[in-house]
Amino acid sequence: MMAGLPATARARRSPAAIAASAPANSQAGRRAADRSFLALCLGITSLTVVILAVLLITIWNDGHGRLSWDFLTNFASRKPAEAGVKASLWGSIWVCAICALSALPIGVGTAIYLEEFSRRSRLTSFIKLNIANLAGVPSIVYGILGLTAFARLFGMASADSPITLGNPESFFYLQLPFGHGVLAGGLTLMLVVLPIIIVSSQEALRSVPRSLRTGSLALGATQWQTTWNITLPASIPMIMTGAILAMSRAIGEAAPVLVLGVPLFIRSTPTNLMSDFTVLPLQIFNWAGRPQAEFHELAAAAIIVLLAVLLTFNAIAVVLRHRLQRAAG
Amino acid sequence: MQLVRTATIALAAAVIASIAAAPAQDPKSLKGAVRVDGSSTVYPIAEAVAEEFSKIAPSVNVTVGMSGTGGGFKRFGNGETDIANASRAIKPSEVEACKAHKIEFIEIPVAFDGLTIVVNKQNTWAKQLTVDQVRKIFSAAGTAKTWKDVDPSWPDAAMRVYSPGTDSGTFDYFKEVTVGKDGKIRPDMSVSEDDNVLVRGVEGDKNSIGFFGYAYYMENKAKLTAVAVVNPATSSALLPTHETIEGGTYAPFSRPLFIYVNKESMAKPAVAAYVKFAIENGAKMAEEVGYVKLPAAIYDRAKANVASSRTGTQMCDENGKERSGALADLYK
Repeated sequence: MMAGLPATARARRSPAAIAASAPANSQAGRRAADRSFLALCLGITSLTVVILAVLLITIWNDGHGRLSWDFLTNFASRKPAEAGVKASLWGSIWVCAICALSALPIGVGTAIYLEEFSRRSRLTSFIKLNIANLAGVPSIVYGILGLTAFARLFGMASADSPITLGNPESFFYLQLPFGHGVLAGGLTLMLVVLPIIIVSSQEALRSVPRSLRTGSLALGATQWQTTWNITLPASIPMIMTGAILAMSRAIGEAAPVLVLGVPLFIRSTPTNLMSDFTVLPLQIFNWAGRPQAEFHELAAAAIIVLLAVLLTFNAIAVVLRHRLQRAAG
Repeated sequence: MQLVRTATIALAAAVIASIAAAPAQDPKSLKGAVRVDGSSTVYPIAEAVAEEFSKIAPSVNVTVGMSGTGGGFKRFGNGETDIANASRAIKPSEVEACKAHKIEFIEIPVAFDGLTIVVNKQNTWAKQLTVDQVRKIFSAAGTAKTWKDVDPSWPDAAMRVYSPGTDSGTFDYFKEVTVGKDGKIRPDMSVSEDDNVLVRGVEGDKNSIGFFGYAYYMENKAKLTAVAVVNPATSSALLPTHETIEGGTYAPFSRPLFIYVNKESMAKPAVAAYVKFAIENGAKMAEEVGYVKLPAAIYDRAKANVASSRTGTQMCDENGKERSGALADLYK
């Protein structure tokens, strides 16, 4: 990707044109400028890597002593030696799974409609403009929206006497309004990442060469057949890249979940969509704010766990992308 | 002999009566949920109580949130939670909100926190401050730019002020004591929601001053110096310690922390058991996480208030005006 950019730029302006535009520059001078630009790029890149490395090393130094099996299987505690991330770890996994399962179909579907099916009209350009704007809205705003829409259902159903299906012990238990369970949390995070997924999927679909579509249509395929068999498979790798970025954001969000009013201390893991939950960023936020240094170590350890979960999610996505790419190729 | 027998029978009757009166459940068999939310200052106490309670009543699902005192009351007033944690007394506007949803509450103090005013280790001059001087430093009206402005014998160096976030109960309480409800705190402070940031700020800046909860000072004693505050009633300068906070002589910056229980929720055995447990173990748990326990008499009064379902706040008078004074005099 990085290497591709200068190549296309160079292709657009032939060497002769460059030389003609700067006849005064000597060959050696241009070479030197080229090299110093390369050095600058390298410097900037390594600076970001160094910052990341310093951050990771500090976190690792602070937190690795607290990492143990007990840390993963214990609930939160006032005693640092007994504290763990069981509730927040499982909460994060549940919420992110719900977020991915809801955001991907809706996001990719919207992108397909906007790119492949919709005609250019004022309405669609208005929708596109809004989605682009929504991608920049602070996540806490989505938290308030999620609280109103999912947790309280706009106040249409009373929280005291919700409409229910099953009982709280059954795995399919559902209630309206959703309250503060994993479903409300996952859907709120869906709102946060949806614009990112839509925009990146649109870009992915746009990158598929027009000739592939026209070829398919010329052979008599319908718009839907073209999209399903040609355009979508060709753009899946890029869509997955966008999805990975979006999920990385979802798992790290604390603000929208905090606004939703989820508890922090909880001694159970989710069993159904209505279960109470808490997430790792909240636990980290709480521990980092405690006066005792032991809790700061726990916060660092929880950050390591969060990074591990994130890398696992991403690894799964990368493997999936690889498989799909081979299948498509 | 007759007397002894009567006494024995009476005793046996009393024992039977007490067994019968105690709701016929062993905590182990209790089920249900207890939903707690509110102040981040009270959170460590609530976490400790919830942790211990779930050991004796493993089937009760206790959840504790951290929406802040104001946020906690908002949810409490909507009937979304059973208990609101608060690092200040409930405000009249919040009482109104509860009334609007027909929610009655029982007020229970659980611990003291001593707001501690701290300066840098190298600060050799500010050993004690009067409330007037604190006002001079922190209020928008009488802003002291340098230490000299506070006391002419102090150095002519610009002071930097560190404060907890303006949404916190800590800030609310400090503001009320120094400049009153309608007063204004100076705007040019370094503000952080994370008290550890304040600790680091004051630690690294010779001319700084800041304030935060007692637990943060205790944990960072080696890095900071606490300033003694002159008690306006007795004119003696006192440092925040366990004794001065518990005894109420560290005034006016020691504040009570509360939990507010929805009266209707008390009908649920799980909530009732939890509240009972919180009052009985509140002192121990508060001390364990760095706060100061209340005098035993106040826990007894809280117990009596729960038993008689006495609702409403005792920190305001009938007209909704906040009462001032020591907790032991206010909370009956």
